[in-house]
Amino acid sequence: MSQPDFSHDDIRTARGTAFRYLFLLCALLSILTTVGIILTLLIDAVDFFAQVSPVEFLTGTEWNPTHDPVSFGVLPLISGTLVITIGSAMVALPIGLLTAIYLSEYASDRQRAYLKPALEVLAGVPTVVYGYFALVYVTPALDTFLPLSTFNALSASIMVGIMIIPMVSSISEDAMSAVPDSLRQASYGLGATKFTVSTSVVVPAALSGIFSSFILALSRAIGETMIVAIAAGQTPRMVDLTDPAGMFLNSIQPMTSAMVQIGTGDIVGQGEAYKSLFAVGLTLFVITFVMNLISEFVASRYREVYR
Amino acid sequence: MAADTRDEPADSGFGHISRTKDVSFRLLALAATLVGIVSLAALLLNVAVDAVGWLDWQFLTNPPHPDPFQAGFLPAIVGSIAIMLVIALVTFPLGVGAAIYLEEYAGDGYLTKFIQLNIANLAGVPSVVYGLLGLGLFVGLFSIGYGSVLAAAFTIALLILPIVIISAQEAIRSVPDSQRQASYGMGATKWQTIRNVVLPRAMPGIMTGTILALGRAIGETAPLIMIAAPTTVFGLPNGPFSKVSAMPLQIYNWASYPQTEFQYGVVAAGVVTLLVVLLTINSIAIVIRNRYQQRT
Repeated sequence: MSQPDFSHDDIRTARGTAFRYLFLLCALLSILTTVGIILTLLIDAVDFFAQVSPVEFLTGTEWNPTHDPVSFGVLPLISGTLVITIGSAMVALPIGLLTAIYLSEYASDRQRAYLKPALEVLAGVPTVVYGYFALVYVTPALDTFLPLSTFNALSASIMVGIMIIPMVSSISEDAMSAVPDSLRQASYGLGATKFTVSTSVVVPAALSGIFSSFILALSRAIGETMIVAIAAGQTPRMVDLTDPAGMFLNSIQPMTSAMVQIGTGDIVGQGEAYKSLFAVGLTLFVITFVMNLISEFVASRYREVYR
Repeated sequence: MAADTRDEPADSGFGHISRTKDVSFRLLALAATLVGIVSLAALLLNVAVDAVGWLDWQFLTNPPHPDPFQAGFLPAIVGSIAIMLVIALVTFPLGVGAAIYLEEYAGDGYLTKFIQLNIANLAGVPSVVYGLLGLGLFVGLFSIGYGSVLAAAFTIALLILPIVIISAQEAIRSVPDSQRQASYGMGATKWQTIRNVVLPRAMPGIMTGTILALGRAIGETAPLIMIAAPTTVFGLPNGPFSKVSAMPLQIYNWASYPQTEFQYGVVAAGVVTLLVVLLTINSIAIVIRNRYQQRT
């Protein structure tokens, strides 16, 4: 608050003080949640790493937690996650960026009033519904002209991509709207068309905000669970970069899908497979946490430039 | 927004400079904007058509059944509602309390910045990881029971709490400062000001945000799987500790059945039911927002 503070509860009432600390407690609960997440993941992951060496976990190329001989190499799961992330990025990043340009530079206020809520619906659809769509409608439709497996990375990627479009478009649009109008006017004054202004002035000026939205959207794609659990299958395999088509046309298994598989299985208790759930969860948490922090950092930089 | 001032001079003045490129880019951007909306609409139309004939009174009132023609959704519907009620009871006071602290009491110190950054980060933690938190904390440490109503509700409550806090903060921030100062000028204490001036003005915004967050909660599936909520339950939950399923879990379960009657019939009916409930929840939020926006 910039104005002088005329409030005076602390000296007057014990009740005011009590409420103050009660509310502080509510706010501190969020920190407790983070500590809780880190502790629950760490405690069981440490147990797991006592039995399986972290080196084997992080460099192993085979994931087979349940059948003898068991092996706990996380790389096939990470590469499955990578396939989905790349696939959904190819859908969501160009579409989201163009959407942001349209909303910020071309759309009338009236159009924007309809389009923005309509786009937000995309992020609000439960992911289990998207997973079902991918399995039951998208895969059969694509199957008519592509050699697809029933479970495949392509349909799942498309659905994850559609789900994260609003994350790219709304944050990018905010960044583009924050670009000062004087920059646009200067460009128009030099005889530029709207196309040139959008692509050569507005987008470069809003670049950090756009990057921030990309990172956040990719982080969502990495953590997305139900779409891949339903539609991408459960075949942990390493990415074969020499065969990009096969990578998308066949079944894969991202980290989240592997977690669901263990979670729905009958493996409860103290076994290695059960503990591996927490090791994979920790890996997923660390990756998304770092990406969210980067996104937050990049976004906070552009906010300062134009204010 | 900024667009109003620049539209006319730009378009009228430079109409002939590479007009084709300009127009085609505009159309491309518009097409990109519509692609997600149109494909979702197409999929929704498909599922609505498939649900016809399956979504009937018997479907809404029967328990699940291996025979698709007798399968029903009732335990999952009741389970979802029970979980939602507990979530609302937990997140509303906690979320509003945290938002009041951050907006009304906290200074600009490092603790505030840290809490703020932490909340933003929590909003981005994958839901499946919250499931592991619920498994370790509520099922493991507090022994509330695998897949019980309370374990499910507490887990998802933690998941949507950041969203509730952020939207409540925005609502509280939008209350003009002059009103607070007027209240102090009358000799009110800070707590009286918050209770009598700030909260009543911010309440529509807080309600809207909380209801939208509940809409998100109703679709969450992965955390429930992690705390070992059963994907199929045949009876209604009869207490906070009884095992519970939920609509998205039941849909997930049905989607794995190979019969086409399930894939294109029963699941479609379940999806439509879930979306109708979600739509109703979101409309309530929008009605609240519009109704109070007009008055201010």
